[in-house]
Amino acid sequence: MTLEAMTVSPRDAEKYEEKEFGFWLYLMSDAVIFALLFATYLVMVGNTAGGPTGKELFSLERAAAETLVLLLSSTTFGFAAVALSAGDRSKVLMWLAITVLLGACFIFLEIGEFCGMIQEGAGPERSGFLSAFFTLVGTHGLHVSVGLLWICVMIGQVFFKGLTAPVASRLMRLGLFWHFLDIIWVVIFSVVYLPGVL
Amino acid sequence: MDLFGRLTIESLPFYSAIAASGAAVTVLGALAVVGAITYFGAWRMVLTEWVSSVDHKKIGIMYIMLALVMLVRGFVDAAMMRSQQAIAYNSEGYLPPGHFDQIFSSHGTIMIFFMAMPFLAGLANLIVPQQIGSRDVAFPFMNSISLWLTTAGAGLMLLSLVVGKFSTAGWTAYPPYSGVQFTPGVGVDYWLWMVFIAGFGSTMTGINFLVTIIKCRAPGMTMFRLPLFTWTIFVTSLLMIFAFPALTVACATLILDRNFDFHFFTNAMGGNMMNYINLFWLWGHPEVYILILPAFGVFSEVVAVFSQKRLFGYVSLVCATVAIGLLSFTVWLHHFFTMGSSARVNSFFGTMTTIISVPTGVKVFDWLLTMYRGRIIFKPPMLFTIGFLVTFVIGGLSGVLLALPPVDYMMHNTTFLVAHFHNMIIPGVLFGYLAGYMFWFPKAFGFKLNERWGTYAFWCWIIGFYVAFMPLYVLGLLGMPRRMEHYEIAAWQPHLIVAWVGAFIILLGMACLAVQLIVSIRERNEALDLTGDPWNGRSLEWATSSPAAPYNFAVLPQVEGRDAWWDMKARGVAYQRPDKYEDIIMPKNTYVGAVIGGAGFVFGFAMIWWMWWLAALALLVIFVAVVIRASDDDSDYVMPASEVKKIEDARFAELAKAPRNEMADDPGYAGDPVPEAT
Repeated sequence: MTLEAMTVSPRDAEKYEEKEFGFWLYLMSDAVIFALLFATYLVMVGNTAGGPTGKELFSLERAAAETLVLLLSSTTFGFAAVALSAGDRSKVLMWLAITVLLGACFIFLEIGEFCGMIQEGAGPERSGFLSAFFTLVGTHGLHVSVGLLWICVMIGQVFFKGLTAPVASRLMRLGLFWHFLDIIWVVIFSVVYLPGVL
Repeated sequence: MDLFGRLTIESLPFYSAIAASGAAVTVLGALAVVGAITYFGAWRMVLTEWVSSVDHKKIGIMYIMLALVMLVRGFVDAAMMRSQQAIAYNSEGYLPPGHFDQIFSSHGTIMIFFMAMPFLAGLANLIVPQQIGSRDVAFPFMNSISLWLTTAGAGLMLLSLVVGKFSTAGWTAYPPYSGVQFTPGVGVDYWLWMVFIAGFGSTMTGINFLVTIIKCRAPGMTMFRLPLFTWTIFVTSLLMIFAFPALTVACATLILDRNFDFHFFTNAMGGNMMNYINLFWLWGHPEVYILILPAFGVFSEVVAVFSQKRLFGYVSLVCATVAIGLLSFTVWLHHFFTMGSSARVNSFFGTMTTIISVPTGVKVFDWLLTMYRGRIIFKPPMLFTIGFLVTFVIGGLSGVLLALPPVDYMMHNTTFLVAHFHNMIIPGVLFGYLAGYMFWFPKAFGFKLNERWGTYAFWCWIIGFYVAFMPLYVLGLLGMPRRMEHYEIAAWQPHLIVAWVGAFIILLGMACLAVQLIVSIRERNEALDLTGDPWNGRSLEWATSSPAAPYNFAVLPQVEGRDAWWDMKARGVAYQRPDKYEDIIMPKNTYVGAVIGGAGFVFGFAMIWWMWWLAALALLVIFVAVVIRASDDDSDYVMPASEVKKIEDARFAELAKAPRNEMADDPGYAGDPVPEAT
């Protein structure tokens, strides 16, 4: 696949631009959802109802590992985007696959964390604080899971359709989504885990 | 019986004659629609041309049909409440308390979420792309998803009358009452899931219209040349994008509380119920402006057209619209002044609430000054506009009163408040939408609505409004709380009987609307709109044929100033044929939107009744539908220039037969468009 195949008509270019702009607006409204979940968490962080606090529950090592794999996955997605603009289909596929692996690692670590907490009797039903924690971090995890499904679909599209203009434009929006989740995670790390442990 | 979750045979409404008859009407209504489509052999047409349509005009019409059906349903609730309160002095009336509570809850829910929201989305769909000189919205397919998700929510609303009981927690569902401890059962879950699902549709509508207005304008259509209706939809879309997430979060967290034993809003275990009330009104107050700004837009269009004069103070109206949009996020706490905030917090929100009435006042003066020295033609849309101006100001004044926290302490939860917000919403929102409906009906269907019955409808609505709601102001001052199923104070009853009479007059208004529609359809050949410009209009939607061609504009118009169509007529460049036509790329119809909406409906139903397998199945269907659509690179088709030419030839043949100006025979006609100083 060469770059020539990716030249698009002005009308299509306009359509892709509209889609990208619309996607930014979606991210904005999603950011409001997270902002409200953060606010809810901060309001409820002290409402432990005699149950465990963040200090007793959070492990900085695990949070650091989660952060590491997620940030790395953002980097590898970046490499996929570089390969996309170079028109290198097999490299795009490779980097996307690595991104999926890293994202899956993140989800695996997060599920492990959640299961551990629930086994200790610190599930979301234990206190208002834990309800807010599971909802905020879980909503992010749900987004990452949806993102993983999306990357898998895009791997399929790149594989079967090649790096056509519509596929490239979808990859651009997927990139926005994936990096957005990274930013949200950085805020979760700073607002939930760091103050919880320090 | 895990298969059916908590759904049992006792969920059917055979426990009460009133509930059973409500269910029967709903079921028979649905059967009647199915029967009528079958009788007329119209299934193919309904499916291929409407259900699968991604044409903004058809989607708009379907939204408005939904809104009108739900208006009837919501009005029945209102009439039942008025009847109960009129007779319930020292007696139990005819409704048991639990049933009365369901009725006021469903009345509010329906009127806000499934009457007003679809109505505004419908008007926006029908008109905005044509006003900005565009061929469609930015995302026609997403538009179809929005419609069907809204319909899915409305479907759950209607279904709640047949299977299970509806919420008794009011349209706001405040915890802890709406929590599972005090309200077990499916009622609140019905409310939560229908609002949640319809809310997704609204967020997507907001995104769609913001992108459309920013990116799809015709050449020369700068932001400060946009018609006022489009401006109000622009601000409303912004509010939707920013405010609906708060509703999503409020609903999602209450769903978690109720179904999965979370503790966001419970009394014990560290819940914080005030957080719900903040989240809800963080959406709820912008929502008031989401509803009312488009109505302001309609009034701005109508008042200029029927005063036959350029809109007064265009820039100030735009600024006021934007200012209201911003300020709408700074007043939410005035819905709960009495719930424990400090005096300092209350006074901030009280002040902001008073300030928001300033831009609204600017608008009122602009409309009045548009009429000043205009040659006013009293068509029904104009009557609704004038009725609005007079009535809305009264509601605004009672609002400024309520904005003062000490006064609010006296009035909170009384019928004074009920009178106030109906005084804003009926003239402000509903009159606006009805004016828009009568104003743009010819654009949608190619013939005008009967004016006589429209006028009757207006007089019934406005008189009925005053008779029904002015007594509630008095009752509020007498100390009557809202939502009372029965009472022991003799002094209240006369006022409640007067209010009941008012509801009856409004019923006549509803009947007039129905008669108007029937008469207009029967006599449509006498009121055909051949030019596409029945009112001597000012903005670009009147440049298209009525109903508009699928592509709206064969050639995109070149806009030279405000009131683009008026300007084209004045310069003598209206109705010009281009030298040649070009191929037009159009989106293909698709069922994917309807499938997603249907699966959304099933998903909501399954979650309400705890049928987890069915919920998972519905999610899977949505996922597969999205993936199939997202892999489809061939979603457009090309309408060849020859076909465009055929449609346009027919249009110009009609034009040749038509009078050049359909308003010219009207006694109040002020003369043909002439160039205006800019």
